[in-house]
Order: sequence, then structure tokens, then C-alpha cells
Amino acid sequence: MSLQSPLGKFLGHGSAKEGTEHWWSQRLTAVALVPLTLWFVFALLGMDSFEHAAVVAWISQPLHAVLLILLLMVTLHHSQLGLQVVVEDYVHSGWLKVPTLMTFKFLHVAVGVACIYSIIIISVGNAPGIAQ
Amino acid sequence: MPEIKRPLSPHLGVYKWEVANTLSIFHRAAGVFLSLGMLVLAAWIISAAMGQSTYDCVLGLLRGPLGIVLLFGLSAAVFFHLGNGIRHLVWDAGYGFDKHVARISGWFVFLASLVFTGLFWLGVKS
Repeated sequence: MSLQSPLGKFLGHGSAKEGTEHWWSQRLTAVALVPLTLWFVFALLGMDSFEHAAVVAWISQPLHAVLLILLLMVTLHHSQLGLQVVVEDYVHSGWLKVPTLMTFKFLHVAVGVACIYSIIIISVGNAPGIAQ
Repeated sequence: MPEIKRPLSPHLGVYKWEVANTLSIFHRAAGVFLSLGMLVLAAWIISAAMGQSTYDCVLGLLRGPLGIVLLFGLSAAVFFHLGNGIRHLVWDAGYGFDKHVARISGWFVFLASLVFTGLFWLGVKS
């Protein structure tokens, strides 16, 4: 039994239509992650202290906040795409596969939002002229 | 719906164990591990926003023996996945497919990731 409609069969696209989208996004995020990861590595190497005050001050710098948010967004997107392929390769039972994919996607978005929100409140809370 | 017995691929047994396939497996394993590592990075950032005491708790865990082992593993995974990822991007651009080139680039990426991990831990403060 095929779930493909006769029209879909005739047009030859299946239901996906964009077969290269996933592959391309994986590469695009990979390319972006090369400089972002190198920046983060050098940033960690440049930190004199990992105590709370030092880290908060570091994240509060606008350039650091923006680059950190970019790093998180792109990494989480890349991670989601990668884990999706892993799940699709190894989880074959449909009842387990779809909920796993959904859970992973939700988790990635949730972690991303929580991190970005954290960076924003750190930045705003410590920005000059704003009462703590 | 009856299960259709289609031939399965790859038949792992017919392949010679090689640098290329080992690094391919490492690449995926490192990627999955780094996905988990994002939770560590998230814990670090979120706890910093939650305040001193929560942050100190997270920092204490990361500075403990298990935390250091975890961070060391994550750093090694970062350098390997980054290096091998660049190797993959070069392949995607159409270069480096010759067997001996792929073998050399594989060893290069593997050894470079070890060197960079070592250098990172020598360079990072406290």
C-alpha cells in the first residue's frame, strides 16, 4: 500500500519535494560553525577566570553575546539535523521513531530559547545605566 | 502489512577495516556526544543567568573529577568533529577523494585533534 497520491506519483516528487534541503542545511550550518567554533575556543582560552562575575561580565559584552547566540542557534540546528539522521538510521519502528524525532526537535528548540533568554537577561541586567 | 525481506546494505563483513570507516564512525559518535555536550554548555550559560549560587554549583560539578573527564572528552570531540567536518566539506567540494589522500587526511585530522586537545588544555586557565 502506498500513501502517495496518483498525482504525486505522476509528478514524481513523492511527498517530500525538497530532498536536498536537509543535506544542504547540514552543510550550511557546518560552514558557519567553523569560524564560530574557533571563536569560542579562543574565547575560552582568553578567559582569565571562570568565576561567576567574570563569566557574566564576559557574556555582557555585546559582541560576545551576539556571537554566543549565533553559536548556540547554529550548533543546535546542526545538532538537530545530525541527530535526526541518526534516529532515522537506527530507529525503525514507526511508533518510536516519530515521537523520538519530535522530542529531539522540541528539546533543541527549548534549550536554544532558554540559553538565548539567559544571555539576554545577563546582557540587559549588566548593561550600563540599567538598575540591577 | 507483511515485512518485505529486502537485501540489507551495507554488508559490514565484506569490508576491510580502514581509517576512512573508523573516522566515519568516530564522526557520528562525536556528533552525538557533542549534542549531549550542548546540555553542558546550556547548563553553564543558564546557571550564570540564575545567579551566583546556582552557577557555583554547576562550576563545582564541572571542576570535579567527573566534570573534568566530561569536559576533556567534549573538547576532544569538538576538535575531532571540527577537523573531520572540514575534511567532509572538502569532499563535498569535490576534492580529496583519492584513496591515499583520504587516508592521509584522515590520519592528519585524527592526530591534529589530539594535538589541539592537548594544546587547549595547556592553554586554558583554571
